[in-house]
This record gives sequence, C-alpha cells and structure tokens, in this order.
Amino acid sequence: MTDTTITETAVTITIDGQPVEVAEGSTIHAACVEAGIDTPTLCWAENLTPVNVCRVCVVELEGSRALVPSCSRPAEEGMVVQTDTPRVRHSRRMVLEFLGSGVDLSQADDLHHWMKAYGADPDRYGDEDHPVERVEEPVKVQDELYIRDYSKCVLCYKCVEACGDDAQHTFAIAVAGRGFDARISTEFDVTLPDSACVYCGNCVGVCPTGALQFKTEYDLREVGEWRPEDQTVTRTVCSYCGVGCNLDLHVQDERIVKVTSPSDHSVTSGHLCIKGRFGWQYVHGE
Amino acid sequence: MTDIYLGADRATDAEAAAVDAALRARGVDPVVRPETERLYTSGTARRRERRHFLLPALHALQNEAGWISPGGINYVAEVLDVPPAEAFGVATFYDLFRTESPDHDGDTFHVCVDAACQIAGYDDLAASVRAAGGHVHLGPCLGQCERAPALFVQGSGGRPDYVPADDEPFELPQAGEESLRLLRRIGVADPESLESYLAHGGYEALGRAGEMGAEAVMAAVADSGLSGRGGAAFPTGVKWRAVAAETGRPKHVVANCDESEPGTFKDRIVMEQDPFAVIETMTIAGLATGAANGWIYIRGEYPLATGRLQGAIDAARAAGLLGEDAAGTGHDFDIAIWRGAGAYICGEETALFNSLEGFRGEPRNKPPFPTTHGLFGEPTAINNPETLLNVLDIVTEGPDAYRSRGTERSPGTKLLCLSGKVGRPGLYEVPFGTTLGDLLELAGGVAGNGELQAVLMGGAAGSFVGPDSLGLPLTLEDTRAAGTTLGSGVVMAFDTSDDMTDVVVRIAEFFRNESCGQCVPCRVGAVRQHETLVQMQRRGSLSPARRTLIDEMAEVMVDASICGLGHTAASAVRSALDLGLIASAPSR
Ligand SMILES: Cc1cc2nc3c(=O)[nH]c(=O)nc-3n(C[C@H](O)[C@H](O)[C@H](O)COP(=O)(O)O)c2cc1C
Ligand code: SF4
Ligand code: SF4
Ligand code: SF4
Ligand code: FES
Ligand code: FES
Repeated sequence: MTDTTITETAVTITIDGQPVEVAEGSTIHAACVEAGIDTPTLCWAENLTPVNVCRVCVVELEGSRALVPSCSRPAEEGMVVQTDTPRVRHSRRMVLEFLGSGVDLSQADDLHHWMKAYGADPDRYGDEDHPVERVEEPVKVQDELYIRDYSKCVLCYKCVEACGDDAQHTFAIAVAGRGFDARISTEFDVTLPDSACVYCGNCVGVCPTGALQFKTEYDLREVGEWRPEDQTVTRTVCSYCGVGCNLDLHVQDERIVKVTSPSDHSVTSGHLCIKGRFGWQYVHGE
Repeated sequence: MTDIYLGADRATDAEAAAVDAALRARGVDPVVRPETERLYTSGTARRRERRHFLLPALHALQNEAGWISPGGINYVAEVLDVPPAEAFGVATFYDLFRTESPDHDGDTFHVCVDAACQIAGYDDLAASVRAAGGHVHLGPCLGQCERAPALFVQGSGGRPDYVPADDEPFELPQAGEESLRLLRRIGVADPESLESYLAHGGYEALGRAGEMGAEAVMAAVADSGLSGRGGAAFPTGVKWRAVAAETGRPKHVVANCDESEPGTFKDRIVMEQDPFAVIETMTIAGLATGAANGWIYIRGEYPLATGRLQGAIDAARAAGLLGEDAAGTGHDFDIAIWRGAGAYICGEETALFNSLEGFRGEPRNKPPFPTTHGLFGEPTAINNPETLLNVLDIVTEGPDAYRSRGTERSPGTKLLCLSGKVGRPGLYEVPFGTTLGDLLELAGGVAGNGELQAVLMGGAAGSFVGPDSLGLPLTLEDTRAAGTTLGSGVVMAFDTSDDMTDVVVRIAEFFRNESCGQCVPCRVGAVRQHETLVQMQRRGSLSPARRTLIDEMAEVMVDASICGLGHTAASAVRSALDLGLIASAPSR
C-alpha cells in the first residue's frame, strides 16, 4: 500500500515552533505524541471516548481566548500550539494541586512525576484552623473481587465510560450529585451485588488512581505486601471461550494478583469479562 | 446488552400514575415493554427516543411523593428504558429533587439567600415560615430580587408549586411610558388573552416576516446589530445564519428561560406579562432559520410564567398560529415547554441541551457549537427571551429605525433588573448609553441610608463597580472598557451599611454550590476560593500570600474551565478586592 491516502488527509500544525503532521481527525494530543512532547493526561485513555474534564492536558492555542484540552481538540490545518508556556504550566500545576488538595493521590502513580515537574503543592490550602474540604469516604468492600475507595477518586469518568457506552453497556454506575459532592455511584448507592454490575472489572482496568482496585491488591496493600517491583507480567490468551482475549497476568510470589488486558489489543481494547478478569482463582486450586 | 437491570423496589400506584400522566401529557404512551421485547426488538432506539422525557417524569415523582424514591426511579427507568444508575445520577443533579425520604410531608418553602435577599433580611422571612410550621430550604436566587426577600413554595402530594408574591397585583415602574419598546404591552395587554395581544399589535411581526421571507428576516436581524441578552452578547444574526445554513437534519429553536443568574428577573416578568411575544418571536426565529421545533426550557421556580406560556401556546395553536403552516407562513413550527429543576448551570446553553435531553446538566466542550451540534446533536438557535423580543421591532420597523435607539455599537434598548438599595426596585427599559447614575435615579435613587457603596453589575458572574462609576454609559463597549459587564442586566445597589464581605462570601458560596463538578478547575477551585474567603472573613484580613492565591486560582478557572461558570466564578470576588470593598486593610 502506498502512502497517498494518508498524505491526502493529513494536517500540519505547529507545536512549540515545530511542524507536526498527523492524520486528519487526530487530536492535538496525538500530535504532541507524534512530536515526542510528553503531555500529562488523566481522564483520557486510548480505549475511551474523550470526556475532557480533568483539564490537565491543556495547551495554548493561538487565537483561542482560553486554553484548550489537547486530548479532545482535533488538530486543524495551520493550528499554532504551545505546550510549555507559563499559562500552560500554571494551569497544569493548579489542576494537579487542586486534585491533590481534595483526594488521596498516593496511588495515582502516573501523576507523581507531573506534580513534581510542575511544582504542585496541594498542602498550601487552608490551615490548622481552617481545614479544607476533602473527599473522605469509607472504602466500599462489598465482595471478594474488587473494592471502591472514592476518597481516591478524581472523577475522571473513565469507569463510567467503561461500564457504559465505551465497553460494557451495563450502566451500573454513573456520576451522581453535583459539584464537589459529585460521586461515582450506583442508584441510591446500592451495593454492587445489588446493582446491575456484572463484575467485568473494566472499570477497575481503567481507573488511574487506585480508587477501584482488585481485592487481592487491596488486601496486599493493607498488610504492606504490595510489591509491584517483584511482580512479573505474563501474556496469555483467555481459555474460557473462543473470543481470544489477551490477558496479562500480574504475578507476585507465584500468585496471580491481578489481570489486565492490553488497551491496544484488537480483540479487547483492554476490556474483559468476569471470567478472564477474575476467573483465575482456579489456577491456585481455590 | 440493551436490557436494564432493576432492583426489587416498586413504585406506588400514585407514583406510577403521576409519571403516566406526565408522559401522556407529552403524547407518550407509558407502557412498560416486556423484557423479551426490550432485549430483542429495537435495540437502544427507544432509549434514544424517550430519554428526554426523564426530566418531566422525575418532576412528576417529586411532586407526587415529595421525593424520588427507589421504586419511582425503577418505574421511570422501565418506562423510559433508562438505566437506574443514570436516572439517579440525573435526579441528584438538581436542587428541586430529593432522593432521600423527607422527614415531613408538607410543601417545601425555598427562601433565597443571594445578595438582594441577603441585604433584605432573608433570615427573618425564613424564621417566620418556620414559625408557621413550614419546612424551609435555603437556596440560591429565585428570580424575584425586586421583591426581596423571596419565597418559592414547592408543592408535594400532588399540590402545585406556587409563589406567594404572585398573588399581589403586578406593577411595572415605567408602565405605559411612551419610550418603552420591549415592555410596551406590559400592564397594557392582558397576558392571558390572545385577543388582547392581537389588539396591541400582536402577530403583526410574524405576518410581516412571512411576507419578507427567511433571508430578509435574517438580513434585518443582522443589520440591526442585535446581540444576545443572555450574557454573552453574541450577534444574533450570525447565529441564525449559521443555523439556516445547515440542511438535511431536524433543527431547533430554543428559548433559554432558565434565568438563574443572581439578580436577574427580567425574563420572568416578560414571560409572565407578555407570554405571546415570546411565542411569536420564537416562531419568527423558526421561520428564519428553517427550524420546525421550538423548545422553552424554563427554570422550575417559575410556575406563573410556565402557566402563562403554556396558555399562550395552547391559544396560539388553537388559532393556527402554531403548528402546521403556522400563521399561514407556509412554515411548520410548534413549541414544547420543559421545566428545569433547580440548577444555575442549566442556563449554560450546552448544559441546557443535556438537561433537556435527560442527561446531567453538564456543559459540553465547545467546539462544536450549538449552531451545528445543539439539542439532540442537531442544529439549534438558542436565544434569551429578551433577545427574541427585540426581533418584533426589527421586523416591523426595520433595522434603521431600530438602530435609532441606543448607540452605534450597542443598538436598541436594554432591560435592566434593579434591585438592592434603590427607591423603586423593578424591571426597567432604557436605551443603551443611559448612564448608571441616570438609571439609578430613574429607579428612585439610592435607598437605605442613601449612601452608595457599590453596584453589582451583571450578577454573580459580573463585577462590582464603585460610586465613581455613576457616569458609566451602559453599553456593551463602555462596560467592557471599564472592566465590567452588563451581563444579564443586573444592577444591584448596596449602601454603606451593607456588609460587603458577607455578600462576597455568599457569591463565592453560590459558585461552589452551583458548579456542575465536571471539570477540576471549577469543581475544586470554587470550593478553595470560598474557603479562602471564609478564612479571610474569620480573620478579618487577607494576607498577601492568600491574595496571590486567589489570583492564581482565578487564572486557572478562567483559562482551563470548560464553561462560563468557571470562567466567571472569580470575577465578582476579585472586583470586590480591587475596589477595597472587602479586606481593604491587611490589618492583623
Ligand atoms: C453558567 C451560565 C449560566 C447561563 N444562564 C443563562 C440563562 O439563564 N439565560 C440565558 O439566556 N443565557 C444564559 N447563559 C448564556 C447562554 O449560554 C447562551 O449564551 C445564551 O442563552 C444565548 O442566547 P443569546 O445569544 O440570546 O444571549 C448562561 C451562561 C452560563 C455560562
Ligand atoms: S465491574 Fe463491569 S459492570 Fe461492574 S461496575 Fe465495573 S464496569 Fe460496570
Ligand atoms: S473511580 Fe477511578 S476511574 Fe472512576 S472516576 Fe474515579 S478515578 Fe476515575
Ligand atoms: S466550569 Fe464548572 S460548571 Fe462549567 S463545566 Fe466546569 S465544573 Fe461544570
Ligand atoms: S486528559 Fe485532557 S482533559 Fe483530561
Ligand atoms: S431572589 Fe434573592 S437575590 Fe434574586
């Protein structure tokens, strides 16, 4: 195949002074990736429709009054984009700082180096006499498969999308409430076993902060035994049915501690069903 | 999977009947499909077809039972094919909906705590309601700021909502004055009578528009220089042309009657006192843009306006002025009313679309814009009712005559909502270019102790100006140059006895409560801003570091928020700081 179809539908934009060519319909973020410019994202994932809510990926677009979310804004011919101006750095820093001031980011590993890079200081709000409002919720442990700890939730909407239109079409969870009180919830906060949840674990697979977590991981963390550095990841194909989903088995101390699927896998796009996700207890003879 | 999973709770007969009645009133058969049919026929098509009836169905539940119960949600979910978790997510978005069983079975008395009512002593009103055994809910502006402190009674057990002040006879301060254009029928024509409207020039403009044709109407609107009165001042002609240019898909005209900007009550008075004008001008917009579907999205706290608009729609339809070949123009156009349920953000145009469609009222990222992707993702002309009202004169007398009023860059007249410490609070109409001082004089001058401390322009999303701004000509260009805004036409006066710190802290709390919560800069920023101001109030001063923090928070809200709520959440706060209205001396 020749490249003609691709060049016909390519657009060129300028990022930080450097021309970048991407296929029409690509986002500014994709163009940043193309240009080798590292850009923080939180609510974006390659296997989900962009919701552009976290605003950590904002960039300066010439001619636009406000900054624009690079993860969702399509690149248009001739756009001039800046990714490292004081305005961009300020907004990214403040977004990270705001998040850290309100929820527990201790397990949001992807954000840590960005917080450092932008100098985010989540502790500078309030003081002893005036503590700031934080999301503080008891951990929901309602079954043996996964837990929900919404005091770690950044409201990135990824789990809602994975449970809904973007993968599972179960719609067991949605955003409820408004403003700072908004939470991911089942109807009337009923427990997962009482909800529509089918335990596909796709929400767990996309959660960037550890708010949704395999029970195995949660239990190990509780006793201080969660050691990612000692884990191996083995790719295999799920043996339950003929679909052929790729599974990544995360193994620690010779036990499977969680199962993921590569988000770029053509069959799963990272999403699985209950059997592939949680059906590995039999491996240990349980 | 297209099926929905329902828990065990079932609606009471009364709840089901209330939902059925609300749906039937909108031409929907409230039949529950058997599960097999849900699974195997029509896929998610019906879900798409019916989703927008969610808001009316939730209203019916709330009104019947005083809350939205798990059984009620399940019933609605089943009838409309909406997943219960999503229906719950929608119900919990709105102030007028309760999802916990109420501890009283009476009506709910909503008392406004925003600025005009704050300085008019809402606490006394709340205390007297409580003393009489009423259940009080303190909440944001009710759009009755001219008669502060304001009260709205939300009915329960099937009782209708009502506003006690609506029982008083309505008086327009400028009633009958020659200079009035937009308000000329108010207090003159009977708002409940089509005959009376017709006798006062009603439907002449639509007849004229029919003769002119769509293109000429749009040309006149463009030439008139009319710009949006909902706050953003976007040129109406440009918007209409963009919608007219879209072909091949259904198109919509939406009247944005959500009016929830604190200090704003103009649309309420227009809708209550001149409802046919709203209907007629929407029809003209439909004709011009080629849209057949008209929608009125009105805030839930406006029962009288809702009733009058529905009456006007019914009368117009019966007279052939709506429906197929509306008024003999050859164009089909009809209008439906959707009630909001207590959420300021739903006045933001894309949040309004989501709300009307039965989703959470969260704004969409723009672009794409409503003119191509509006209601149901289809081309939509959305306008404020005041904007629409201007079209009557533009069509009947032509753009030149229209431009004879106002200034070159702000043609026409403007409705202004005067409240707070003025002699005669109320709705006023003046040509653009009138000075702030003259306007205050027109409204009886500064009341209270007679010494003006500040004026809030444009509402909570606007900014304060000081007494040195009385010479400011009220035009789009002059206010912008002065760093303030006309916004939605709020002019709220404060005298030197008013505690501006209280007022500003409450404005910050308003944004904290009204943020939809979708984007981080506003969801968290509005909370941190409010906390910082509460800290300032308790300490009696604001340290330089905290002052810088306020600016830093403002910058990210302005730069990185999704919508105008986040963009403006720091505006009034900062203007108050700049003017020294609050924390003037970093003393302690
Ligand atoms: C938070 C927020 C609330 C708004 N509320 C209203 C409203 O209640 N009524 C209104 O007409 N416009 C409101 N707007 C402006 C609308 O988004 C939109 O610009 C307007 O309806 C367009 O009509 P116009 O061009 O006739 O002004 C609001 C905007 C924001 C950001
Ligand atoms: S496990 Fe699957 S079905 Fe259950 S909430 Fe998560 S995504 Fe939805
Ligand atoms: S639970 Fe996780 S995936 Fe879901 S919104 Fe919160 S942070 Fe995002
Ligand atoms: S700016 Fe505020 S109101 Fe607007 S989308 Fe963001 S959180 Fe919602
Ligand atoms: S990653 Fe772009 S807005 Fe969240
Ligand atoms: S009704 Fe109280 S401020 Fe508007």
